Order: sequence, then C-alpha cells, then structure tokens
Amino acid sequence: MTDAALATKEAEAILSVNNIEVIYNHVILVLKGVSLSVPRGGIVALLGANGAGKTTTLKAISNLLRAERGEVTKGGIEFDGEQVEASSPSDLVRRGCIQVMEGRHCFGHLTIEENLMTGAFTRRDGAANVRRDLEMVYDYFPRLKERRGSMAGYTSGGEQQMTAIGRALMSRPKMVLLDEPSMGLAPQLVEEIFEIVKKLNEEQGVSLLLAEQNTNIALRYAKYGYILESGRVVMDGEAKSLRENEDVKEFYLGIGGEGRRSFKNVKHYKRRKRWLA
Amino acid sequence: MSPAFLYFLETVLNGLMTGVMYSLVALGFVLIFKASGIFNFAQGVMALFAALTLVGLQTGQVPFSHLINAIFGTDFHQFGWTLPAFVAVIGTLVVMIVFAYLFEKLVLKHLINQEPIILFMATIGLAYFLEGFGDLMWGADIKALDIGIPSGGSFWLEDVTREWAAEGSDYFGMYIDKLDVVAALVAVVLVLLLMLFSQYTATGRALRAVADDHQAAMSVGISLRNIWVIVWSIAGFVALVAGIMWGAKSGVQFSLSLIALKALPVLILGGFTSIPGAIVGGLIIGVGEKLAELYVGPFVGGAIENWFAYVVALVFLLFRPQGLFGEKIIERV
Repeated sequence: MTDAALATKEAEAILSVNNIEVIYNHVILVLKGVSLSVPRGGIVALLGANGAGKTTTLKAISNLLRAERGEVTKGGIEFDGEQVEASSPSDLVRRGCIQVMEGRHCFGHLTIEENLMTGAFTRRDGAANVRRDLEMVYDYFPRLKERRGSMAGYTSGGEQQMTAIGRALMSRPKMVLLDEPSMGLAPQLVEEIFEIVKKLNEEQGVSLLLAEQNTNIALRYAKYGYILESGRVVMDGEAKSLRENEDVKEFYLGIGGEGRRSFKNVKHYKRRKRWLA
Repeated sequence: MSPAFLYFLETVLNGLMTGVMYSLVALGFVLIFKASGIFNFAQGVMALFAALTLVGLQTGQVPFSHLINAIFGTDFHQFGWTLPAFVAVIGTLVVMIVFAYLFEKLVLKHLINQEPIILFMATIGLAYFLEGFGDLMWGADIKALDIGIPSGGSFWLEDVTREWAAEGSDYFGMYIDKLDVVAALVAVVLVLLLMLFSQYTATGRALRAVADDHQAAMSVGISLRNIWVIVWSIAGFVALVAGIMWGAKSGVQFSLSLIALKALPVLILGGFTSIPGAIVGGLIIGVGEKLAELYVGPFVGGAIENWFAYVVALVFLLFRPQGLFGEKIIERV
C-alpha cells in the first residue's frame, strides 16, 4: 500500500483500535497492545489460533468485556469519530456498532422472528421502519422467513447463525463485529453465509470486522487481515499478500512451501522466533 | 346432593382460593428467577413491606416517627389524614419502584456476573434489611389493612347451597370468603396482564431475551441494568398485590413474610421458570392440603396442612425436578 493510500485509509477508518491492553480479573493480561483499523465499508479479518485474543479484541470494542470482569487498561478505541472505550454496549449498538457473538447465542425460547425483533430494541425510529428492515432481513435470509414461527432453540446451527446475523442487522448497524461465523457449520453452509455477508457489505455498506479461525475462507472474503498471536498483532496486510505469505501458508493455511513434510522436523523455537522477532 | 359431597366441594373451592393466594407470592419469585436467575429470598418480606407501606400511607402515619421523635424529642405520629385506598396503592407502587431502582443501584450493579449463590446471599441480606427497615419506618405493631375489599361469607351462597343438601340433613351451607374470591379474580387479571406484557411488548420481549441469554441480550443493546430495575419493580408490584390480599385476610404483621416459605413447594411443583406453573402449582398445593386435612387428618391427629405441601414438593423433586411446567433446557450440539 502506498503512503497516500494509507493516509486515505486512516482518514476513512470507521473503527480504529489503538494499542489496547486488556486485563481480566485485574490480573490476567490478555491483549498486549493491539492496534487495528477498519475502513468505512470494508471487510477486515482478524485471524489467529485459539486463545490468540480475537474474541477479546471484539469484546473490547463492543464493550461486552466488562460483564466478564475484563477491562481495557491502556490504549483507545475510536468508532465513527468518537472515543468509545467508556460507552456501554447498548450505547454502542445505538451508535451503530454491534457484535454477533461466537457460538451464535440465539434466544432459544423465542421464535426466530422474536429473535430478530430483539435486535431492534434500541431503535426509536418507529414500527414501520423496523417492519421494513425485518422484510429486508428475510430477503437476505429466505430460510428464516420459512421458519419465522419456530423456537430458535430448535433450529439448525446454520439457521441460528443466520438468525444471529439478521438480529444484528435489525439494529441498522454501520459496523458488525462478526465472531467466528463458521464455527461448527458444514463447509457448504459456511460458504453460503459468507456470500450473504459479502452481499450485505456491498449492498448495505456495512463495515465488517471478522474474527475467524478459518483463515482460508476469511482471507478470500476480506480485503485486509490482521494476524494475532498471544495477544499481539504479529502480522498484517492486504488479504491477497497474506494469502501468498509463506509463513501464513505454513501455519494457518496448512500448505507447506516444500511439499508435504513431517512435523517432527519442524522445530518449535523456529516458529516462535520468527513471529516474535 | 349428599352433605359429604357438599363438604368435599366446599373444601376444594376453599383450597383453590388459598392456592391462588400462594400463587400470588410464587409469581413474584418466578418473575425474578426467570429474568435474572436469582432466587429472591426477600419476596415475602417485600410483600410485608408493601403492605406496611400501604397501611402507613393510607392511615397517614408519619414514616420513621419513632426515630424522629427519639432524636428531636417531638411527639407526632400521625399526619392526621386518611388517603383514599386508590391513592395509597399508587403511592406504595411508587415506593416499590424506587426500592427496585435503589436495590439495583446499590447492590445488583456490583454483583454482575457473580455466582448465583452470591446473588442469593444478597437477597437474604435484603430480606433482613427490609424487615428491619419496615419496622423502623412504620412500627412493629400489628395493623389492620382495609382498602374496601368485601370479606366474610356470603349469605346468598349459604342459602343456595343449603337447598342443595338433602332434606333434613344438618348441612348449614357453604362458606366461602368473599375476600378469597376477589383475590382469585385479581390473580387471574394479574397473570393475564403479565402474559400480555411479556408476549406483546418490546420490553416484554427483552425480558424474555434476558431470561434466555444475558450475554446475547447485552450484545443486541438491551441494558441488563434497566431490565433488572423493571423486573424488580414488577416483582414489587406483585408483592404489593400479595401483601394487600394476605394483609386484608390476616392483618399486616411480621408473619406475613413467612408466606414466602409456602411459595417454595409451589415453585418446586410448578417449575421455577413458569408463570402458569406458579398458578397451577399454587392451586394444587392449596386444594391438596385442604383435602388431605379433611380426609387424612383425622387418622394422624390433624395439622397436615402445615407440612403437606413440603411432602408433595419432595416427591416432585425425586421424580420431576424441573416441575410440571419448568422449561426443559433446549440444547443442540
């Protein structure tokens, strides 16, 4: 990326996270200075293995962290031109930043339609507009329309994921923090959901920050990516360049540079050294 | 009709009426348990406190009069007015809402995401605090509560039922307290209102969402703290209704808070998370204990009414721990 492009990107960032540190329970340091930015209308992927701090980063942004006794102790988060580290989750939703949590978290005893309607809880622009958005969500997810009357707890994993995304859309977000949408779903379904997410991004102009373990698919849909390891950003770049990076290929995409080889021969220290150098 | 059958009928009806009173108390528990997973030990004391406040407001008692008089050496206990019942009820409702707000602000807020047992302990603390606070505010003497609900038996019903009995039998007619009938009607209206509220309003939907998944509710922008204030206010309202009914029946006194103990088996029977469960559970316990007293009591020397409910609850715990209407946990992998 040229300097000029970088400058415009900075100017247009809808979300920028600056060097945040997160501590759980006053003792456990989880994020050790994470910075990232999401351009308005862009899709950015946040990659990394289990426990790297992807979910914590998203929760720090949406401020769901505080309910888990976590705290942003350093750094700042700017959303849509305002500092938001101190805002409550409901305040953030009202401003247009909503998180779709990992593991879907639908309201099991509510119907699909009621689930979707809870997304509009913070809206004050009248029932007619909410109704229109409900139809829009059904247009994107026709499967939900068929099952609008079923209890969400009894629907399939894919339908629940769709419900969770649709519910977030009902709040008319400018930005969605999407946590692990592929978790526990069949590959075909994952593809379907990512296609819809891409369509939403293009047609509704929703910016997306996507936390994924499935590096392969995330880098296909995102334009930019950050790789987290033990609470730090160890690498970032255009999705295309990340896809072609030898280390990313080896550690996250499972494609070895020199054909197949045994992990017996891969020395652990080599990995660590290279990342944290 | 034979007198034996009429006795049976009378017992069942009286049982149903008592059951409704139990349900009223159980309802308050269910509301809070559903929305926040807290078993509110203070529900009974809340009913007592609401009844005390109602009587105090209505009769124009000066709150904290003993305290004030002790500090300033004055001697005044009464404002010297009598408020209409309607105004006093509204006033009490306001007090209960303020109470819910303060409880959230001072206690619950600091206990977000703690273990249920810790929240339970907090409600035990609340129970004792509120009991003492009620005494301090309104005095510890037994008070009569009268907001104009009819009470006593109905001569009309006695006459009608006496004619049903066989000629020459010594049946003197059915005794059903009018107060109980009113309580039953009030309970029905209350439950209908609660159901309509939770099914058809956005706030009701949010309440159910919070009951299902706290975290997800927060993620869509529902503020848990506001929801808790609302839930505790509604529970305060239910406590007020229960307090009025029980207070009118047996006077406003400390033992009013012990009806909470009777609500416990009702909850186990009906399920902790089900509003219809609280109602049906209450009715079953009410009828069950009256029938047991009538038919089994003579063989064991009576007083079955006092422990029957707990035995039923025990049996239920063994065979159907989620209760009659308790929600089964829906889980998919």
